[in-house]
Amino acid sequence: MPLEMLESVDEERVDKDYLYTLNFGPQHPATHTTLRLILTLDGENVVKVVPDIGYLHSGFEKLGEDLDFNQYVTIVDRMNYISPIANEIAWHHTIEKLLGIDLTPRAKYLRVIFAEIARISDHLLNVGAAALDLGAFTAFLYGFYQREKCYDIYETAAGQRFHPSYTRVGGFAADVTDDWIRKVREFVRDFPKAHADIRRLLDRNRIFIDRTKGIGVLSREDAINLSCSGPIARASGVVRDLRKDEPYLAYSDFDFKVVCAKAGDCYARYLVRMDEMNESLKIIAKAIENLPSGPVNVDVEGKAVVPDKSAAYRSIEGLIQHFELFMTNRQWTPPVDELYAANETANGELGFYVVSDGTGKAYRARTRPPSFIHFAIFPYLIEGHQISDIVAVLGSLNIIAAELDR
Amino acid sequence: MNHDATLAKLNGSFGADAFKTSEFRDNFRINVGVDKLHFMLKYLKEECGFDMLVDITAVDYLHYPNATDRYGVVYCLTNMKTGERVVVKTFVNDPEPVAPSCFSLWKGADWMEREVFDMYGIEFEGHPDLRRILMPEEFISFPLRKDYPLRGRNERHNFPLITRAES
Repeated sequence: MPLEMLESVDEERVDKDYLYTLNFGPQHPATHTTLRLILTLDGENVVKVVPDIGYLHSGFEKLGEDLDFNQYVTIVDRMNYISPIANEIAWHHTIEKLLGIDLTPRAKYLRVIFAEIARISDHLLNVGAAALDLGAFTAFLYGFYQREKCYDIYETAAGQRFHPSYTRVGGFAADVTDDWIRKVREFVRDFPKAHADIRRLLDRNRIFIDRTKGIGVLSREDAINLSCSGPIARASGVVRDLRKDEPYLAYSDFDFKVVCAKAGDCYARYLVRMDEMNESLKIIAKAIENLPSGPVNVDVEGKAVVPDKSAAYRSIEGLIQHFELFMTNRQWTPPVDELYAANETANGELGFYVVSDGTGKAYRARTRPPSFIHFAIFPYLIEGHQISDIVAVLGSLNIIAAELDR
Repeated sequence: MNHDATLAKLNGSFGADAFKTSEFRDNFRINVGVDKLHFMLKYLKEECGFDMLVDITAVDYLHYPNATDRYGVVYCLTNMKTGERVVVKTFVNDPEPVAPSCFSLWKGADWMEREVFDMYGIEFEGHPDLRRILMPEEFISFPLRKDYPLRGRNERHNFPLITRAES
């Protein structure tokens, strides 16, 4: 946005010539991603902030209308690239709801485990980066070491570390191996120590508390009115977690708490994220020990799932099914209708509004991106604070620009 | 989730022919004319307890089978007490697709309406600051419309280059 336009946005600014404008971003170490803030400052105090986004807009939703249900998973991966597999699960959750597919128990459990590992890795990066911006470098390193373990788990299952593209309509690209189960067990065993280390570094850290407590306070009413979800809403006392309120996958089998706080400031958001990691680990620990046996994908008879390679190469039914799903004029035949479905991801409610015209491609694939909605509240949180609080508030909101701009 | 209570309230206040409802999987949908949209959203928020606006989006039905209207504007609402969800949908048409803004009801509608305007050119009457949000200000098309090609119209090559001295 050109600066002349800003003048028209803010008429009062003209009279107050002691105010000055500072451009923050789009390339700045503390934004972590590509976003820009145009700040109007009175000394150190932020009088007004106008966010300017769109630097990373790459037309994901338009691509969703051109790629089929399985291909689009590679794009969904790149939205919130901090917890990519949670996006995949949310996307295929919507498509399976549209097609009316009920997953096998094993697939449900595996998806729960992957979604919770994604939540932990997302929270680790968020907490670590927030601490890094506020001067605590060590917590970031502890968090990143555990994130490497999460990537190892993705890699063992899917063959890719960063963007696994692992889920498919009706299940997964491949079943997991014993090696994967061993790695998840190791993670469950080792993670609590790293988690405790991070807590010991930050929970009672004087500098960290001074810079986060009472900063960027969001009241419960505002959180609801501004459409917040996930840890940000829960830190403001909104008791809502889709895993509990609308149990999907196998979440009703697990016993976990919905972590909430009342303060609504940056410190409360940090605490909520830290405690949520514990709850996620409990879910993973129970799921990995009770992992159901049996097939990972739904039955091929339903004509929704890609058959495995041995079936495709060695049986005529498998070959036909493979052919049916990969020929662009055949593929799936979903009902001509539309629906909204959402998952609770690390960042909040990640929903998809899918319109189907009866072909294997979505006619419209709208993403409800939590980062976009949470960045919209940023001006409400920061006004009246000081310029150094910007990094604390940005860090606590967990803005991922790829999801923000899509 | 049972939607009977909401439906009974709506029937009592609007009359059964003012809107149409349908269900698909677990989605409960209300189709309402654009003239009654604002009253409907206000009523749902204030009387039926749908206090959270989850999402606003739009759909271009240009090539959709058996479609009669061009654009659908979709509002997803949630009742934070009961967890009940409802999807409110209205249709707007060319040449002037205009819908009432619900910024006065939910402040969270600000950026969502700007995004719909940016992508589809649907204007929201009463929005305080309706500008493009994701696309650059100079952009003239609406990229998510179905008559806009996937690969664009070469706008990228015509963007002015800004040198360091000018910036």
